[in-house]
Amino acid sequence: MLRNSLILLVLLGFAAAVFPLVHSYEAKDTLTGVAEHYANYGKEEVGAANLVSAVVVTYRGFDTLGEVTILFLASAVIGLFLKVSETHTKDSRSVFFKSTEILVTASRLLVPMIMLLGAYIFINGHLTPGGGFQGGAVIASAFALLLLSRPQKQFSHKLISVIESISGITFVFIGLLGILLAGGFLDNHIFAMGKFGTLLSAGAIPIIYILIGLKVGSELTGIVRNLKESQKVG
Amino acid sequence: MQLFSIEYISLVVGFLILLIGIWGILTRKNILKMVIGFSLFDTGTHIIIVALGYVRNKTAPILDQANLQTNTAQKIVDPVPQALVLTAIVIGLGVTALMLVYAMKLHNEKKTLNIEKYNDLKW
Repeated sequence: MLRNSLILLVLLGFAAAVFPLVHSYEAKDTLTGVAEHYANYGKEEVGAANLVSAVVVTYRGFDTLGEVTILFLASAVIGLFLKVSETHTKDSRSVFFKSTEILVTASRLLVPMIMLLGAYIFINGHLTPGGGFQGGAVIASAFALLLLSRPQKQFSHKLISVIESISGITFVFIGLLGILLAGGFLDNHIFAMGKFGTLLSAGAIPIIYILIGLKVGSELTGIVRNLKESQKVG
Repeated sequence: MQLFSIEYISLVVGFLILLIGIWGILTRKNILKMVIGFSLFDTGTHIIIVALGYVRNKTAPILDQANLQTNTAQKIVDPVPQALVLTAIVIGLGVTALMLVYAMKLHNEKKTLNIEKYNDLKW
C-alpha cells in the first residue's frame, strides 16, 4: 500500500513537472538562434543537401565521434559479459532448431538486397533521409536474418573486429586531417566540395558516413553474433 | 494553443509514453518488462524532442528542391533536435542491448527474472 502510493506520488510528481511545458507550448513560426544559422549558411558552409547530416557529421561531428565511442563501449561490454559466461558452458552442445524451408529460401534472396539497401542508405546520407547509423543498422539486420535462417553458420569474429577498428581509426584520422588541411577537427573541406546535391559533394561527409556505416554495422553484427554464440545449454 | 494540431498531439503522446515508461519501470516485477519500460521512456523523450523542434507548416530540412535552397530558414523545421534524437536513438539501442544482456546474465545465475528474488543488496 505504501509502495503503491509512493509510486503514484512519483508519477504525479513527473506529471506535474511536465504539465507546464505541455500547457504553455506554442509551435514556433520561424527558426531562431543556431538553427537559423544552420539553415541559412549550411548550403555554403557544409554543402550537404540533408541538413540533419550536416549537423550530425560536421557542425556537431565531435558529438557523433563520442556517440560512436559509446556504441563501441556498449558492444565491448556485451562481448565481455558473454565471453565470461561462455567459458562456463564450453563443452555443452548447441540447441538450434532447424529453420524452415521458407525462411532459408527467403533469406537467400533477401540478405543481399537488405545489405544493398543499407549501403545505399549510408552512401546517400548527405542527400536523402538516412546516414551511417541507419545504414549500419539495416546491414546488421541482414546479418541477424542470416543467423536466424542458418544458425550453424559461423561468422569470422576477426573480420568483424578488423572492419570495426579500421573504420574507427580512419574516422579519427579524417578528423585530424581537418586540422591540418582545413578549418579544424572534422572539418569536411579536406576534399573537393563538388556540385551541391550530387553524390560526390559535401567534402568528407559521404566518406565519414561510409565509415560510420561500416563501424555501426560491424558493431551491431558483433552484438548479434555474441548473443547467438551464448545460446547453449549448460 | 490549438488542441488538435499535429505538434500538440505528438507532444502529449510523447509525455504519455514517457509516463507509461516510468510506471512500467516502477511497478513491473519482471526484469524484461522493466527493460521495455526503459525503452518506452526513451521513445517518449525522442517524440517530445522532435515535437519541440517543429515549426508550423514547414517542411523537412532536406534541400533537394531548388525552391528550398534560397531563404531556407523560412521554409524548414529545426534540424538540430532531429540530429540530437538521431544520436539518442543509437545510444538507446546500445543501452537496451546492454540491459538485455545483463538480464540474460542474471537469469543464468538464478534461473529467474523476478526482481524480488534478487535481494542480495537489500538492507
